Amino acid sequence: MSENKTATKNAIEVRNLNFFYGKFQGLRNVTMDIAERKVTAFIGPSGCGKSTLLRTLNRMYSLYPGQRAEGEINLYGQNILEPGQDLNLLRARVGMVFQKPTPFPMTIYDNIAFGVRLYDNLSKSDMDERVEWALTKAALWTEVKDKLGQNGLSLSGGQQQRLCIARSVAVKPSVLLLDEPTSALDPISTGKVEELVHELKADYTIAIVTHNMQQAARCSDYTAYMYLGELVEFGETEQIFFKPNKTATEDYITGRFG
Amino acid sequence: MEMNKQLYMKRRITSMLGLAFSMTAMAIGLTVLIWILYVLFANGLSALDGNLFTSDTPAPGTEGGGLRNAIVGSLMIVGLTVLVATPVGILAGIYLTEYGDESKTAELTRFVTDIMLSAPSIVLGLFVYAIAVATVGNFSGYAGSLALALIAVPVIMRTTENMLRLVPGSLREAAFALGAPRWKVSTFITLRAARSGVMTGLLLAVARISGETAPLLFTALNNQFFSTNMGSPMANLPVVIYQFAMSPYDNWVRLAWAGALLITLTVLVLNVLARVFFREKVSS
Repeated sequence: MSENKTATKNAIEVRNLNFFYGKFQGLRNVTMDIAERKVTAFIGPSGCGKSTLLRTLNRMYSLYPGQRAEGEINLYGQNILEPGQDLNLLRARVGMVFQKPTPFPMTIYDNIAFGVRLYDNLSKSDMDERVEWALTKAALWTEVKDKLGQNGLSLSGGQQQRLCIARSVAVKPSVLLLDEPTSALDPISTGKVEELVHELKADYTIAIVTHNMQQAARCSDYTAYMYLGELVEFGETEQIFFKPNKTATEDYITGRFG
Repeated sequence: MEMNKQLYMKRRITSMLGLAFSMTAMAIGLTVLIWILYVLFANGLSALDGNLFTSDTPAPGTEGGGLRNAIVGSLMIVGLTVLVATPVGILAGIYLTEYGDESKTAELTRFVTDIMLSAPSIVLGLFVYAIAVATVGNFSGYAGSLALALIAVPVIMRTTENMLRLVPGSLREAAFALGAPRWKVSTFITLRAARSGVMTGLLLAVARISGETAPLLFTALNNQFFSTNMGSPMANLPVVIYQFAMSPYDNWVRLAWAGALLITLTVLVLNVLARVFFREKVSS
């Protein structure tokens, strides 16, 4: 990933993206850039298409027949919507963390190692190192280092979610997609995950969907406001929150703050 | 707030009636079960001695004897059935949930499986007789296993499918999101998450087939002697029970009871094991 260390550039460029759930159109003509090593937040009311947009970026939707996308999504210049993509490789490059923690039914160690083993053939000591590295990145190492052999399901909700983040980080993706990662967590765990997002952006491009305005304001560099499948406004977070160009954006943001 | 006393009394009476009816139903069911167990123990216990496991089924008119050949035969036939039916049933169950899902092939498979589940076992026995006994020219343990497998596969398949369906879709998505190919997601994640339920289905299938008689009558038949050759007729508990229970010899009848007790205890143990497995799942 050293070639990406140059000046700020775009990791992902979305061009004229339309998305369909069968006959229903979920996204309309979305065009936006996701900057490398920055946090981009997607906000908007439920059903506005922010999760849909996120799920096009690793082509998660391809698991479900009847869902399709038109347009272009260029990941470092490669259009991932073109036919013939190796989706498994794509998903190894674009990791995803979900709303609810989803630890695998195996030990904490194996939860991390599962993804790594898919594409790396590491020795036992290298794997140990990678597991420690990923858990440290996810600020979970000190809490679990003495119980790596325990089932991942035995952890608390907040710890499970950090385990899931560690699992995604462990495969060293270039982009990390977070789909409302804190909506099932208490405020303390939420704080930890937000700190984590802040630290991870040094190495990863992050796109985060959130219902929480403050969260978007706190941890993102860019914010996209979406409504009814359209990208209403997109810009630097500070500008979106303090000087939105469109009244629709302002209404939504101020409405939430009350 | 003014309480409507009349309505309240009416509800209480309805509730008591409901409770009384369900308690009666429970008592009837339980009585029958205990009765069966009592009769089995009363008749079977006397023949349950060391000889049962060391001697073979006696010839007509001879004293004593045991069920060694039938026990070994049953274990071998059921064992082979489990070896064959488990992978087929589990893989087919995985196909139905993880691959086929709502495709025409999967729908057809489900439909056929449902028919197989409710097909009388005597029909399956006759079928195997026609394809694996009549054509070869002799009864065999293999044919017995084949007939039992036809009963076990649909059971294992549908329980596997149902258990896999209980695994939340988010867990699958999480595994796909790491770049895992579908076969790895199915085996390492989904099947693993459902393993106690699948195991339960497996044990229940074994319990179901270990007492099946009709399919074995046409296939494994019986053998008076000890034999581990599955290519020839084989003694097995259900058929021995069937033949001995209606015989005029006292020792044969006693052995039939002992065999029935043995099967019942095995099924009981399997059911308890299945419950233990399932409880583990719920607690985790």
